Amino acid sequence: MKYKAMTAFAALAISAPIAFAGGADDDTLAIDGQEMITKTAAPAHMEETGIDTIISGWHFREDDTQSMQADTFDNPGMIAVDQAMDAWNTVEGSAEKSCASCHEGPESMQGVRAVYPKWNEEAGEVRTLAMQINDCRTNQMGADAYKYDSGPMAAMEALIAVQSRGMPVNVAIDGPVAETWEKGKELYYTRTGQLELSCASCHEENYGNYIRADHLSQGQINGFPTYRLKNAKLNTVHGRFKGCVRDTRAETYSPGSPEFVALELYVASRGNGLSVEGPSVRN
Amino acid sequence: MASGVKPRVKVPKSASAGDAITIKTLISHPMESGQRKDGDGNPIPRSIINRFTCEFNGQSVVDVKMEPAISTNPYFEFEATVPEAGEFAFTWYDDDGSVYNENKAITV
Repeated sequence: MKYKAMTAFAALAISAPIAFAGGADDDTLAIDGQEMITKTAAPAHMEETGIDTIISGWHFREDDTQSMQADTFDNPGMIAVDQAMDAWNTVEGSAEKSCASCHEGPESMQGVRAVYPKWNEEAGEVRTLAMQINDCRTNQMGADAYKYDSGPMAAMEALIAVQSRGMPVNVAIDGPVAETWEKGKELYYTRTGQLELSCASCHEENYGNYIRADHLSQGQINGFPTYRLKNAKLNTVHGRFKGCVRDTRAETYSPGSPEFVALELYVASRGNGLSVEGPSVRN
Repeated sequence: MASGVKPRVKVPKSASAGDAITIKTLISHPMESGQRKDGDGNPIPRSIINRFTCEFNGQSVVDVKMEPAISTNPYFEFEATVPEAGEFAFTWYDDDGSVYNENKAITV
C-alpha cells in the first residue's frame, strides 16, 4: 500500500511539468480525418506584437476536450448544426421564403465564414456574418431578426461555418475596412474595467500562462461559434467578447455594437491562416 | 414538452458476424432536473429522458434507467456483437410521455 502510494507520488512528480504546463501542446487536429491548420506563421500585420506563430485555442485544451472536436458525432455543437439545417429549410416571414429559396443547399455557403467580417459595398459598412444573416432575414424574407447572440443565431452561424471547415481564415484588412480595423486594433489594446486589462494583457502577453486554474489561449476566434462545456451551448464571438470585458469588471459593449464589430474584424485578422474550425469545443 | 429533441445515432453500416462494434448515440434534450427555480422562485418542473433502450432484432442490447443528475444532451457509447444482419432499434422515453425512435440497419 505504502509502496503504491509512493510510486503514485513519484509518477505525479514526473508527469507534473508536462501535464500542468499551461502552454499549447503539439497534437494535430483532424476532424473526421480532415487535417486542420491549428498553428501557422502570424500574418504580416502582427509583426510588432512579438507573436510569430498563431495558435488555435484547441491546443490549449485537455485531450478529452480536444478529441470531442475531432469527431463530428462527438461534437455537441453539431446538434445545433442539425437544428440550423431545419431552420435553413423553414419558410418564414412575409416573403414566404426560406434560406434555401435563394441559396439552395448550405453548401453554397462554402468559404463564407473564412472571409467575414467584410465590407458590404451596398450598405457601406463592415458586416459580420450575424449582421448578414439578419439582413437576409429582415430584407429578403420579411422575417424577424434573430437576437444577435441568441441560440438560433449561433446555430445558423455554425451551419455556415461548417461549410468552410478547414479553409484558412482570410479576412481583408485594407481598403474600405481599414478604418474599422484600426478602431478594432485600438480597442484590443485599450485597458478596461477595474482590473485595467486589455485583450492584449491576457491573450498577447500571457497566452500559455494560467488565469486562475485555466489556460490562457491567444484568443483566436477561428473556432467560433464555440460549444462550451461550462454552459453546454454554442457561444457567439460577441457573447465571448462580452464575457471577457465583463471579467475585467467593466461595463461592456453590447453584442452587435459597432465597437464589437470592429473588434471582431481585428481579432479575426489575427487568425488569418488558421483553419475555420467552427463549431469548436472548448471549456 | 421539451422542444428541439432530436436523436442521433452512429452505427457502422456493416460488420463481420461475432464482431464487437461501437455504437454511439446522442439525443438533444434539456434534461431539466426539477431542482432549479425560475426568476420568480417557482420550481421548474422536471423534464428528462428517463429511459433509453437499444434492441437488435427484438433482442435487448441495453436498457438504461436515467435519473435527473444526467446532464443536457445525454450521450451513450457502448459495444455490441452482431450475430447476423438486422436492425438496431433505439428508443428514448421522455417524462412527458413522448417516445423518440431511431432505427439503423446493419449488414454482415
